[in-house]
Amino acid sequence: MIPFSHAGWKIACGLAVLLASVLEPSAQTKIGSVLSVTGPASFLGDPEKKTLEMYVDEINAKGGVSGEKLQLIVYDDGGDANNARTFATRLVEEDKIAAMIGGTTTGSTLAMIPVFEDAQIPFISLAGAIQIIEPVRKWVFKTPHTDKMACEKIFADLKRRNLTTIALISGTDAFGKSMRDQCVAAAPKSGITIAYEESYGPRDSDMTPQLTNIRNRAGVQAVVNPGFGQGPAIVTRNYRQLGITAPLYQSHGVASKQFIELAGPAAEGVRLPAAALLVADKLADNDPQKAVVVNYSRTYQNKTGQAVSTFGGHAYDGLMIFVQAMQRAKSADRIKVRDEIEKTKGYVGTGGIVNMSPADHMGLDLSAFRMLEIKNGDWTLGSDAKS
Amino acid sequence: MAEFLQFFFSGLTVGTVYALVALGFTLIYNASDVINFAQGEFVMLGGMSTVFLALAGVPVPFAALIAVIVTAAIGFALHRFAIEPARGASPVALIMITIGASIFLRGVAQIVFDKRFHSLPPVLDAEPFRLGGAAVLPQSLVVFAGAGIIVMLLWQFVDRTMLGKAMIATAANRLAARLVGIDTRRIVGLSFVISAAIGAVAGILVTPITLTSYDVGTLLALKGFAAAMLGGIGSAFGAVIGGLLLGMFEAFSAGYISSQYKDAVAFLVILAVLFAMPQGVLGRGKVERV
Repeated sequence: MIPFSHAGWKIACGLAVLLASVLEPSAQTKIGSVLSVTGPASFLGDPEKKTLEMYVDEINAKGGVSGEKLQLIVYDDGGDANNARTFATRLVEEDKIAAMIGGTTTGSTLAMIPVFEDAQIPFISLAGAIQIIEPVRKWVFKTPHTDKMACEKIFADLKRRNLTTIALISGTDAFGKSMRDQCVAAAPKSGITIAYEESYGPRDSDMTPQLTNIRNRAGVQAVVNPGFGQGPAIVTRNYRQLGITAPLYQSHGVASKQFIELAGPAAEGVRLPAAALLVADKLADNDPQKAVVVNYSRTYQNKTGQAVSTFGGHAYDGLMIFVQAMQRAKSADRIKVRDEIEKTKGYVGTGGIVNMSPADHMGLDLSAFRMLEIKNGDWTLGSDAKS
Repeated sequence: MAEFLQFFFSGLTVGTVYALVALGFTLIYNASDVINFAQGEFVMLGGMSTVFLALAGVPVPFAALIAVIVTAAIGFALHRFAIEPARGASPVALIMITIGASIFLRGVAQIVFDKRFHSLPPVLDAEPFRLGGAAVLPQSLVVFAGAGIIVMLLWQFVDRTMLGKAMIATAANRLAARLVGIDTRRIVGLSFVISAAIGAVAGILVTPITLTSYDVGTLLALKGFAAAMLGGIGSAFGAVIGGLLLGMFEAFSAGYISSQYKDAVAFLVILAVLFAMPQGVLGRGKVERV
């Protein structure tokens, strides 16, 4: 040991710290992301991660945002809200991010909201439930359509087809529960009667008991399945296995080709509300979203070799909204950026056209949803749907 | 009546998987007093390996065969490198080793395979058929038949072959078996290999119905263990009965009571068995001569 006096060590340490702070590499704007890349929500979180990485690289290759490069930090919560919360705290305290784009599932988003509200960091969520933005929280935004909108869109289609008595079978995860609650609340206004309800755990592998009960209920004209991930795929398979003929509606939680792959031929004829992204090539040429969705889906498919999913699209929208806000704010300061995010108007994204306001931190309306039908293993615009 | 039959068949299908997992538990427990919590991972490895080999272009029957062999080899490796070196340790320590192995296998599976859900084409690609009002998938019958064949083969093995008799002897009294010249180490290794193979076959047969992913093993191991306890740990026949019963309890409670608590059924069963009849339905209570 070099014989330094006690004071000598203190001076040396102080100098080291000073030197370190001066020699710190030029600040990049750090974007944090906690996604469910593995676990039951993996077919939501995986495209989200790929999309964010792809586009951050592309933006940086073009020189960054107003000259500042972006650094993306992604953590995988495995679909567990507790893990999400831990990672959120780490992003705020250790990684010191400027903004957060993530929270694949409703459960993980709700767990992380307090962290970002306390730290006053803009949080653009990629999850579905309406509680994320209602009541409006200053620092929380979201890009996907809400479960309430999904219910309303499904009910409008049911009413159009004169199917007014329905049964619900929902997942007990946060999104499934939330959407089920929204559907129950929205049903009377839409003229729909929910005659019967069942539920299943998100990791269950057999729903034939619940569907048998539904099948035996007289008068059920259609079945709606709020949920996401693997559950709806098994519900759909069991539905066909039991030979239930009533129309089956899924939520936008299954808006990914993987659902069609897992459900197989059982998915034929299933209807769901989803973003225009899934039918990019089938949109009319004068559709305002066509250019954006075609561009995104081609880029995604070329880079990853996988079919596009709306979840990746939500991540794309989140990133672009943030980047455009940063450009308008001309800085990465979180308060300025937050204000600009809130002022997003006329942003044409994969999910729809976004017009945010202090009272609306999502900015989409019902026209952002299209009613799709699965035919021949592919998405098509519902035959009698007008939008 | 139709719904009762529907619940019955869906319970039977999933119960058969639990039965095979429980059988694996029992085999290893009998030979070595170790509860192998990596049992669920064998089921996962069977299913996932087949899926990925099939995706790589191998015809599904060969993929299945290779998957079973690979899983059996992993079972052997588990014994040889994790259990055998620690053979003098207390049972609790050995159980912890198997739990560690299961976590390890799950982690490796994430990297070698992927984290998504996968399916396999069913063996008989036919429409579900009606049996008294219940819609039964042809694949369910394949699962029953497969399990039946496994149990038959196992029975013949222990009844007719010397090696099988050696396994019975080791299970009855390990010291006596060694005294008559049976290499108990090899027998324990063999029990791991057979359990792994059984688990793999179960995984392959049931993936067309329940889908598979890298982490299906955890819950399966717990439910298989509950089934083994219900049937009486130590009794192979009991394991099968326990598995089928557990599957039925789950299906009936989901259908008649509430589907919310389906997973809880297995744990309630463990509690009930431990409180009311610790030796299970077919087990014998331990009697010690004082």
